[in-house]
Amino acid sequence: MDVPLSWYLLVAAALFCMGLYGVLSRRNAVAILMGVELMLNAVNINLVTFWRYVAPEAMAGQVFAVLVYTVAAAEAAVGLALFIAIYRSRDTVVVEDIDLMKG
Amino acid sequence: MNILDDLFVNIGQWWTNLLSDALSLPDGAVTMINGLIGGLILALLGVVMVLILTYMERKVFSRLQDRIGPNRWGPWGIFQAVADAIKMLIKEDIVPDNADRLLFNLAPVLMVIPAVLLYAVLPFGRRMVGSDLNVGALYVVAIGSLTAIAVMTAGWSSNNKYGLLGAFRVIAQLVSYEIPMVLAMASVVLIAGSMSLVKIVESQPIPNAILMPVSFFIYMAAGMAELGRSPFDLLEADSEIVAGYFIEYSGMKFALFFLAEYINMFAIAGVATTLFLSGWNWPILPTWLWFFIKTFAVVFVFIWARGSWPRFRIDHMLNFAWKFLVPLALVNLMVVALVDKLLADAGMWARAGGLLVSNLVIIAVTLGVVAWAARRSRNAKLQAIAGAR
Amino acid sequence: MSVEHGVFIVLSAITLVGAWIVIANRNLYRAALGMVLSFFGVAGLYALLNVGFLAVVQVLIYVGAISILIIFAIMLTRQVMDREVVQRNSQWFISLLVALVLFGVLGYTLAFRVADQWAVGGSGLPEKPIEALGEALVTTYALPFEVASVLLLVALVGAIVIAREK
Repeated sequence: MDVPLSWYLLVAAALFCMGLYGVLSRRNAVAILMGVELMLNAVNINLVTFWRYVAPEAMAGQVFAVLVYTVAAAEAAVGLALFIAIYRSRDTVVVEDIDLMKG
Repeated sequence: MNILDDLFVNIGQWWTNLLSDALSLPDGAVTMINGLIGGLILALLGVVMVLILTYMERKVFSRLQDRIGPNRWGPWGIFQAVADAIKMLIKEDIVPDNADRLLFNLAPVLMVIPAVLLYAVLPFGRRMVGSDLNVGALYVVAIGSLTAIAVMTAGWSSNNKYGLLGAFRVIAQLVSYEIPMVLAMASVVLIAGSMSLVKIVESQPIPNAILMPVSFFIYMAAGMAELGRSPFDLLEADSEIVAGYFIEYSGMKFALFFLAEYINMFAIAGVATTLFLSGWNWPILPTWLWFFIKTFAVVFVFIWARGSWPRFRIDHMLNFAWKFLVPLALVNLMVVALVDKLLADAGMWARAGGLLVSNLVIIAVTLGVVAWAARRSRNAKLQAIAGAR
Repeated sequence: MSVEHGVFIVLSAITLVGAWIVIANRNLYRAALGMVLSFFGVAGLYALLNVGFLAVVQVLIYVGAISILIIFAIMLTRQVMDREVVQRNSQWFISLLVALVLFGVLGYTLAFRVADQWAVGGSGLPEKPIEALGEALVTTYALPFEVASVLLLVALVGAIVIAREK
């Protein structure tokens, strides 16, 4: 436990900001989903680090992290199914071309 | 026999003492050097096993087909692997025109990495394990799922639509058979009470293959499918999608794919031995010798299956995984958990007997259900033929 | 600067370089592999924190399942001019500024203002962490556990129905 708590939090913050940039500035829907996964990872690092450093005897932090994994997996599955369905009907997954519900 | 048993442990101990006392290095440096050397030895062990396994496979497979097998290079053909290696090395290394060079070169390396990583947790003997993780069984599953990424990269970077289709089919097979494998392992972990592979071996005075034959069968079937061996070898079938995802690879890269398959075969056979055949835990012979004997027996069963059965079609293979193995594995897990809880306080033999009886009941019920379903579909077909006349 | 610091710096570098490849690379497939690298870095960080179970679960779920899903989606939604398509949309400069400002605020706060405000230590990890986790999941946190299983079931059925050929 040599490494100070704030170092882990800084790495998580950097990962989160990179994911945020990825979500806001990409055109392909799958690339946006990759940015979202990076943000979820950053959040998980945060949770686990706080749990480990502050209250490791209570299992709340680890249970929280396991539930975040579950939700991330479910969200990725449904999101990708949606992208594939959109690709089948519109023939593109560039988000600028599918921002209208018409057609 | 204890001297022979502890031979490698003693050599390791002497080496550590040499480093820390004679050369007086600090503790951290000794650990790091030992770790690096241990990793190197395990990787080399994998590659050496490949030499033995390729020879064994070709000889046994050819005997099953009533022919002799390689017998030109060396007495009884034992240098055949050297001849193969020379052939692979002198072949021309082709990279297709529009392929992504970095990914194309990276894919064989990515394929070998998970195969070698599995050797880190196998318990080769009484105190000889690379790293006694307390989540060893879960580590095996996680590393096994890395192979899919390598296959995908190989299929994608070849820039060849047949290679891509082959990669899709292999991924479907790998992903489908992970679930029965995990469920079979879960029943073993349940009985042993721990995920650490060392503790699983130590908790098996009676091998788990006798306690839970259904789990053993599921694990062997799923293991054969994960390795991509017959009867699940859709991708190697030269009559199908022309060599599948590594159609564009030649020379040393192709050799790396083959190397990865054999390293993986020995590793999965080793895991099957650890989980189901009580690893090194039998008396009289030194423990590491038992481990190798049992692992080679499992490899022999793999080769035997390859030589005996025809190849599955892809829809047969997927049906077998999702409609047969997954429900069977789930039912098995529930029954094993129930029986284990009920007989938790009885002696070792009562528990073993109870588990064996419950597994035999599962086998009988399964065979009954399959026979009934087959009879029903046969009757329906006969009705249809009679009705069409 | 002990060995642990050095290992931490190496693992964080792997994580952040992987994330950089995700957001900056034009080739989607290489971005996916960069994401895999980043996930491995995070798994290494968990192992450094002595939470081996979560490290292995991270590899199993993220690398073994989610990455394969994303790679499949990339391959099935390919466009013809894939290599030459520009990957940055028109608001990339603003979003870069926003991300940098956010990182500045978070970094400054974490590094200088609240660095040592939390009582570190607690009373150490329980002796058998996996058994404790299992027990917590079925006794204290049984309701979230069951809700998570229902969520997974709904996602499974929903994904199959949405992606089915009509």
